[in-house]
Amino acid sequence: MASGDDDITEEWSDDEVEMTAADVQQKIEEAWLNEKFAPDLLESKSELVDCMLEQIQQMESNISRCKKGDFRISVHKMEIDRIRYILNSYLRIRLGKIEKYFHNILKKEAARKDDEPSRLSLEEFAFAKEFAENTENHFKSVALRHMPPNLQALEQDKRAPKPNLDAYVFLRANQKQEQVLIEPELEDDQNAEVIDLEEGAQYIMRYQPIASLVTDAAVSLI
Amino acid sequence: MFGEKVLELVQELQRSRDGTMLPFNEDGVRKVLEEMKALYDQNQADVVSTREEGQSGLFSGVQLRHTCLERNQRCLLAYLHNRLAIIRNMRWEFGSVLPADVKQNLSDQEFQWFTKYNKSLASYMRSLGTGGLDLTQDRKPPKSLYIEVRCLVDHGEFETEDGTIIVLKKNSQHFLQRSQCEHLIRQGVLEHILS
Repeated sequence: MASGDDDITEEWSDDEVEMTAADVQQKIEEAWLNEKFAPDLLESKSELVDCMLEQIQQMESNISRCKKGDFRISVHKMEIDRIRYILNSYLRIRLGKIEKYFHNILKKEAARKDDEPSRLSLEEFAFAKEFAENTENHFKSVALRHMPPNLQALEQDKRAPKPNLDAYVFLRANQKQEQVLIEPELEDDQNAEVIDLEEGAQYIMRYQPIASLVTDAAVSLI
Repeated sequence: MFGEKVLELVQELQRSRDGTMLPFNEDGVRKVLEEMKALYDQNQADVVSTREEGQSGLFSGVQLRHTCLERNQRCLLAYLHNRLAIIRNMRWEFGSVLPADVKQNLSDQEFQWFTKYNKSLASYMRSLGTGGLDLTQDRKPPKSLYIEVRCLVDHGEFETEDGTIIVLKKNSQHFLQRSQCEHLIRQGVLEHILS
């Protein structure tokens, strides 16, 4: 997907602007919905966000060239408002998840191998680190420091909230998927439960087994 | 009864669930910490006497007290954590400057936390795009470009994006661009008229 986005950035100066920008918008909308309904933090789509922000800037400069009172201004402004809402909402949801599950997310980030893509953008990572440090310091300086020595440790592994991966989600299959294992606990078992997803059909099921399909854009959360 | 004081703190949280900020209960926190210290000392004494005199009947007491200690720790942390969550929401509601009455109710450390959170959030929002992006704007899906608003207080002059200056007087009504007056609505200066 990353290579496709590079093309789009370059093509913006051409006449095909409308078409490709619409593609980006569609992708960001899908990323937004996925993020909104997934219990866990998904991969960062910061390149799409940057694309879209550039696009907004271009639209704004187009508008400023228009004469005052041109009816196209209000249409375009409305469009900008809508796009900005989606972007802001998307980033806000991500930030909310980072703040809530910072321990869990940072732990996964530390355990991540170099060839795996990071779930956080660089800026989000910096924010998460600062937030975690700040919050833990607060706990320590206000309460833990004054507690008996055997209770001074902040046992984040036990205490910190974790995303509920067993939550049920609505999803729509974007392509036909066969033999999706929905009971991973029984992988070796003869009775392992597998299902086929039909293209365009909608399902409701546990998030965990289909998490990887969401990342691959094979299904969309709705 | 052990653990009662910490329960009061948690109840206080429960009562302020509508997002209001109650004063930091310094006294309550101190009492909980004192109780924990007393429990711990008692436990240490019991452990020592078990070891030296060979009494084995004290174990259940030690265990009970240790459970109380853990519970106190957990509840106290929950108290702090949830207060931070309220402060965080206030940052998103009111912007980087807290109203004086809220600020009064924070403890010094909480205010420090708020300042740092402010900084991290600001630098994150600045890093978005080329000129930064204010994530506290555009909180609701836009329905229309212009909305009708009524002033609830005398706010004074307000300059819109295109340079026109309007005077926001109490009870006056205006037809403004939503993106420009959103923060005023959230601060309670304007009211969105839905009809």
